[in-house]
Parts: sequence; C-alpha cells; structure tokens
Amino acid sequence: MAEYSAFSLLKNALTGNKDWKPAWRKPDPKASYDVIVIGGGGHGLSTAYYLAKEHGITNVAVLEKGWLGSGNVGRNTTAVRSNYLLPQNTRFYEHSMKLWENLSHDLNYNVMFSQRGCLNLAHTPAQLDDYARRGNAMRHLGVDAELMSVDRIKRLVPALDVSGSARFPVLGGLMQPRAGTARHDAVAWGYARGADRRGVDIIENCEVTGFLRDGGRITGVTTTRGEIRAKKVALAVAGSTGQVMQLAGISHMPIESHVLQAFVSESLKPVVDTVLTFGMGHFYISQSDKGGLVYGGDLDGYNSYAQRGSLPIVDEVMSEMVALFPGLARVRMLRSWGGLCDMTMDGSPIIAAGPLPGMYLNCGWCYGGFKATPASGWCFAYTIAKDEPHEFNAPFTLDRFYRGLIIDDKGQGATPRLH
Amino acid sequence: MLITCPYCGPRDVIEFTYQGDGNRERPQPASQNLDAWNAYVYDRLNPAGDHNEIWQHSGGCRAHLRVVRNTITHEILSTAFARGGHKSADNRAEGRS
Repeated sequence: MAEYSAFSLLKNALTGNKDWKPAWRKPDPKASYDVIVIGGGGHGLSTAYYLAKEHGITNVAVLEKGWLGSGNVGRNTTAVRSNYLLPQNTRFYEHSMKLWENLSHDLNYNVMFSQRGCLNLAHTPAQLDDYARRGNAMRHLGVDAELMSVDRIKRLVPALDVSGSARFPVLGGLMQPRAGTARHDAVAWGYARGADRRGVDIIENCEVTGFLRDGGRITGVTTTRGEIRAKKVALAVAGSTGQVMQLAGISHMPIESHVLQAFVSESLKPVVDTVLTFGMGHFYISQSDKGGLVYGGDLDGYNSYAQRGSLPIVDEVMSEMVALFPGLARVRMLRSWGGLCDMTMDGSPIIAAGPLPGMYLNCGWCYGGFKATPASGWCFAYTIAKDEPHEFNAPFTLDRFYRGLIIDDKGQGATPRLH
Repeated sequence: MLITCPYCGPRDVIEFTYQGDGNRERPQPASQNLDAWNAYVYDRLNPAGDHNEIWQHSGGCRAHLRVVRNTITHEILSTAFARGGHKSADNRAEGRS
C-alpha cells in the first residue's frame, strides 16, 4: 500500500485523485483467529495495531457492531493530557502522551495532534494549593506542569473573564504545556489502516451475540455474521461493558454506564488556543481547527445506555461557558450528542487478563478514554500477548476493588457519577 | 425526564438526586462478611433495560424513592417510597473473580 506523503498527495492531485486505495479492507470473518478483539473503537483498533506491530500477532480480528469508529472514539471532546495526581495514573497517561507525540509518524497518518496545552483554572486559594500539589506530583514523575498566574492566563486566553467581578474569579491555574487535542476520527482511521496493513481483519457490522465456551474457558464468540473461534478473546467495548459481560454470564461489575454529552458551536475565528477547564464546575473547552468550539461538562448523572442526554445538563454547560466567557453568550450551538461511559467505582480503568479463562478485559474508561487510546491498546496488547500485565497497567486490575487497592484520583469514593 | 413523586406529583428530574442501583443489599452493620461488603460497595447490576434504582426528591419533599426506569428509553415505569426496606433478588456469589 502506498505511503501517504506530500509526494503521493501531489502525484494523486495531478492524476485526478483516481488512484487512492481504501485505507482498510472489508474482509469476511474467518472461522478462527489467534485473537479476537471485540470493539472497533479507538482502544480495540489500537490493541490490534500493537498486537501486530509490537508482538507479531497478526492473525487477529476486530469485531465492530456498527461502523468503524461510530462509538466513543468519535464522540469525545478530543483532549489529550497526562495531568494526574496518583503515580499509577501519571505513569500510564504519560506513556500515552509519549505515544501521542510520535503517533502521526508511527501510523503514517496525520492525527492532527496539537500540543496546545491544557489549563485547569483555580478559583479559590485552596484549589490553587491543590493544583500546586498535583503539579509537583506530576513534575516528580517527569511530567511537565506549571502554575500560571492570572496575568499569564489573561495573556494566554484574552477572551476569558479574569476580572474580580467574574461569577467565580480566576486566581490562577495549572498548565500542562504538552497536553492538547487530536482529531479523533483520524485516530480511529489511522489505527485501522495500520492494523489492516499488518494483516488484521477489521470486520464491521458484526455484533457479538454470545460467547463460545469449552468448559469454563472462552473459546470464541457467536456473532450476527456467524461463529468465530479464537484462542484469546479481548473486550474493548467501554460504554457497553455491562451488556457484553452479561453475554458471558457475568451479571455484576464495578461499573455503571452513564451518558456524557458534548457540544460544538458554530465556527468562530480563533478565540481559545488551549484546552481550558473550569474549576468551579465541570466544564472544558477547546477550539477545533475548523473554528467550532468543542466543549462539554458533567455526566447526566444516572445510569443510561441511550446515546443522548437531557436538557438540564445542556443548560448547566452553557451557564458554565458563559460564566467563563461572557463574550460567547450569543454564540450558537451547532450540534450536541451523547456517548456512553463505563464509570468505575474509583474513576480509573481496567486493563487485565480475565475475569474468565481465555478472556481479556479493557474497560472502565469513565469519560477520559480518548487520551488513553495509544497506551490502552499498547498495554492491552502486551497483556494479551504475554498473559501478564505490563508495569504500566499492572495496577489497573478488576479485583483491585476487592483488595483495597483502588486508584481514586479524585478521592470521590464508590459513587461513579461523581468521578 | 419527569419523575412522579408519591407526595408531590410529577416533577422535573432536576429536583431529584440519583442514589444509584437499588438492587444492592447492605449487610448487617456488624457483619464481617467481606465478600458481602465488597459486593454492596462496588458491584452493580447495570442493566440495559429496566433498572431498579433509588432517587431522593432532594429539591422537594426529600423522600427517598424506589424508581424503576428504563436505561435505554429513560421511561419511568414506577415510583414508590423506598421505606420498608428492600429484599434483593440478586444476592449472589458469582459474577466476579
């Protein structure tokens, strides 16, 4: 397959763009594979890609119930950051950040990774102290972080209301300069193309309807396109983990499914050139290259498998945006949508072998899964290939909840809607 | 989403606070059964469909309610006072390893 390059772009432009090949094949499922990855979103595709690239396991199928990338990989607000407090999270997400920094070259696919920084605003002295603590924890592990004064914030984001008369006056902020955004669709497509060209079968419109077992061991899946056997079956279906695990006979998980909404405004000239988060509510905003403001807020707050939200959160998110940016009050919202989030009991994910023999589990991404896409697939592939976790994902087990080893970055306790 | 409070009648969802899965069974306070406590604190049924849950009418009469709601359509199927305790039909030992 031809490499994408400036030269190939020019060549195809001169020949009428008639010679581009599809980025991935549309194969029919084979009777069996070494590994089946359930879920053709970012995490499933990156898992397949790293299985092939890092571990030489290419007899792999990715089963996607809809179209490739039709779930959460295309429903997030595209922020990428590694600004966590707890070392388990920091190490994992910083590994992801390093993979992001080389991802476009690695995939030969422009994922438009833009390190425009991520700034968390502080509105009380206690919050600023807390950010200093988190920033120090990050720097201690070699991650970039700096406290910003109001003057610097004002220069960085002139549209922001930093006056003393703001509803919640800004007292400072914590900046991670290497954080940023990426184009989420390109991430799915780039990983799909990279996996496909290494021999992975990406099978769309193939919904898993049950699991095949030999004794207690998972030996394959039944799907809407027939039975498919595999030595190893890996789940990367965050958002729908509860549903798929019930097919395997596991009724209870330390997870609730919630809906998170996201919004895009009409296109504006550049007004916010970083990823900005509000400290007195749950609100985050960035601006796409096309000019639309991309923003979101809190979960709707109750269990939901509907990929749509309700109006109270729309109202809250808009109020928060206007509290920060009074000048954006008359900007029109163009689109809104909802995505399903696996909310775990401690706000951290699960990447582990099990819980059944032959099964591997990648889930519980809460509403922070997009930034984890590279490291999630990288660590999951390692775990599947070697039947043991890498040190980066070793803390993210399923049984940590029952062994007193929770990783609760926010210190919120077992109330998933608050993570 | 409207929830019909048995005291106050149909009210907007913003008046209510979600208290989560109503299927969980709290062990007796003196219980030393760690599996039962772990299940109570961490395990959720999380169905796609009808879900038995607890809500509080925190912006109204403050009563705790038992609500059956569909998690796919958000349709409220029934509401009742939560008082009187709850016998879980889902007391189980399997489901996690």
